[in-house]
Amino acid sequence: MGSMAAEVTLDFRKSFPGRFTVEAKLTMVLGQSTALILFGPSGSGKTTILRSLAGLEWPEEGSIRFISRTWFDTTQGIRVAPQDRDIGYMAQDYALFPTYSVAGNIGFGLGHLTSCARQHRVAEVVDLLQLRGMERLRPRELSGGQQQRVALARAIARRPQLLLLDEPLSALDAPTRGALRGELRALLKKLALPSIIVTHDWAEALALGDVISVVADGGILQTGRPQDVFSRPADVNIAKIVGVETVVAGRISAITQGLATIDVGGVTLTAVAADDRQEEVFVCIRGEDVTLERSGAGSTSARNHLPGRVVEISSLGAMARVTLDCGFPLVATVTRSTVEEFGLVVGQQTFAAVKAGSVHLVPRRD
Amino acid sequence: MTVKLSALTGMILLVIGLPIAYWISFSRWRWKFLIESVVALPLVLPPTVLGFYILVAIGPRSPVGQLYADLVGHNLPFTFEGLLFASILYSLPFAVQPFASSFDQVDRRLIEASWTLGVSRFKTFIKLILPLSVTGVVTGFVLSFAHTLGEFGVVLMVGGNIEGVTRTVSIDIYDEVQALNYAAAGKTSFFLLVISYLVLILVYSLNRTVWAAWPQK
Repeated sequence: MGSMAAEVTLDFRKSFPGRFTVEAKLTMVLGQSTALILFGPSGSGKTTILRSLAGLEWPEEGSIRFISRTWFDTTQGIRVAPQDRDIGYMAQDYALFPTYSVAGNIGFGLGHLTSCARQHRVAEVVDLLQLRGMERLRPRELSGGQQQRVALARAIARRPQLLLLDEPLSALDAPTRGALRGELRALLKKLALPSIIVTHDWAEALALGDVISVVADGGILQTGRPQDVFSRPADVNIAKIVGVETVVAGRISAITQGLATIDVGGVTLTAVAADDRQEEVFVCIRGEDVTLERSGAGSTSARNHLPGRVVEISSLGAMARVTLDCGFPLVATVTRSTVEEFGLVVGQQTFAAVKAGSVHLVPRRD
Repeated sequence: MTVKLSALTGMILLVIGLPIAYWISFSRWRWKFLIESVVALPLVLPPTVLGFYILVAIGPRSPVGQLYADLVGHNLPFTFEGLLFASILYSLPFAVQPFASSFDQVDRRLIEASWTLGVSRFKTFIKLILPLSVTGVVTGFVLSFAHTLGEFGVVLMVGGNIEGVTRTVSIDIYDEVQALNYAAAGKTSFFLLVISYLVLILVYSLNRTVWAAWPQK
């Protein structure tokens, strides 16, 4: 393992008769602590891709390779069982074994170690995930967040070469999810283990991911750095899926009375402060939350009024996507009639208004 | 004699019934229902039909019967071993169906989690699936035991009625009634009734605490 880069190659087709077909094609070099996000709406096929990587689904056609090993290849008749892939896999509902204690769950896959080594390893992982004192408890006695940590502990206890997480936080309630997002990010960094994470939550994708692949209708549509994919989707379809048009890096300079002041490349924005008070954040604004104004007089209740120059106008049917240069690229989704009324053309100066509540802050990963 | 036969039948069914049930529950083969139906056949076939075929199958003229005679030195029909063989076949669905339905109840995601932890299919079965289906397994064992206890037709066909060798309690009752010895028949019948009731109480109380594994399929 060490600092070696891990290459993942996917090229397969798997169909679910009467439902949908997944055709995945991806080659990706994962660094030692790179997190690749498979992002897409439910039913897009991202879980099928993850399960195929885990060896829990057999595609009809194609191949899956990891580093120098072929895990699956229909032309060569290779099907490596999940047991032999050296992976850590965490299912969406955690799938903890109800008949085993926390320690029993974590040590379940360590049958190859001597009992002494096994105890050591379990203790090590228990410490890492702050589960001390809970070793004897049964899964049903734990809270959702604790269950998630036990499932993670179990998945990493074997020191796998690749971590596969299916919607790691979606089974939790919203406040817990926000808090655990930061914890999970820190843990993934500490583990120095490449991971592939499935999620439909864009905030999770931004918080956890180094690379993001947008999955829809069974295919991988676009792959890149999260902020690039979100702010520069390759086509309208992808733009619709990601749903957040503006993603820029910023720094929180002050927090007063629950409102954060953020500096984005010299421009000051006001946002509702997130629970996770880190200085470095991604500032995320949905296009439909941006209103255009003829003048920056501040005649609305919005906290943020930004002068900007129109850089690009593209049509989305009844809607138009207007990209402004406000010191950073800001995308507004407005109706076509607004474009005509305002007489918007490229190069024109205008004003954008965004409510503080519509400026979402996602802690940055590094 | 009867108890020994029932206990042996129950135990052997545990050994061969668990793999069959595992296969029925986990196989994705599309024609699997054909095998399921074969396993369930003894439920609907008259015992005489089953007994007849078993008799023919293990008789000295069949290859199976011949092989057995060559190996052991005597024929199977009208012996304890022959009777045991017939009982196993006859009680097969009573063991396999509760086993399989309890395996069906085990969440597949737990099994997948075990596989991705590097635990083999066999070890997953022993460490995870069996403990989760313990009531179904006990139910299958107890039901096959109880069913063998009360079987009549197959025993008569295959075992004959040899005192101390193949005469089971149910046949004893028949003999006593034929001999107009109602008092003895009544005593034995009552004994069988009480045993059967106790066994069913055990099965239902077990399943009540977890889930109803029988009858379900």
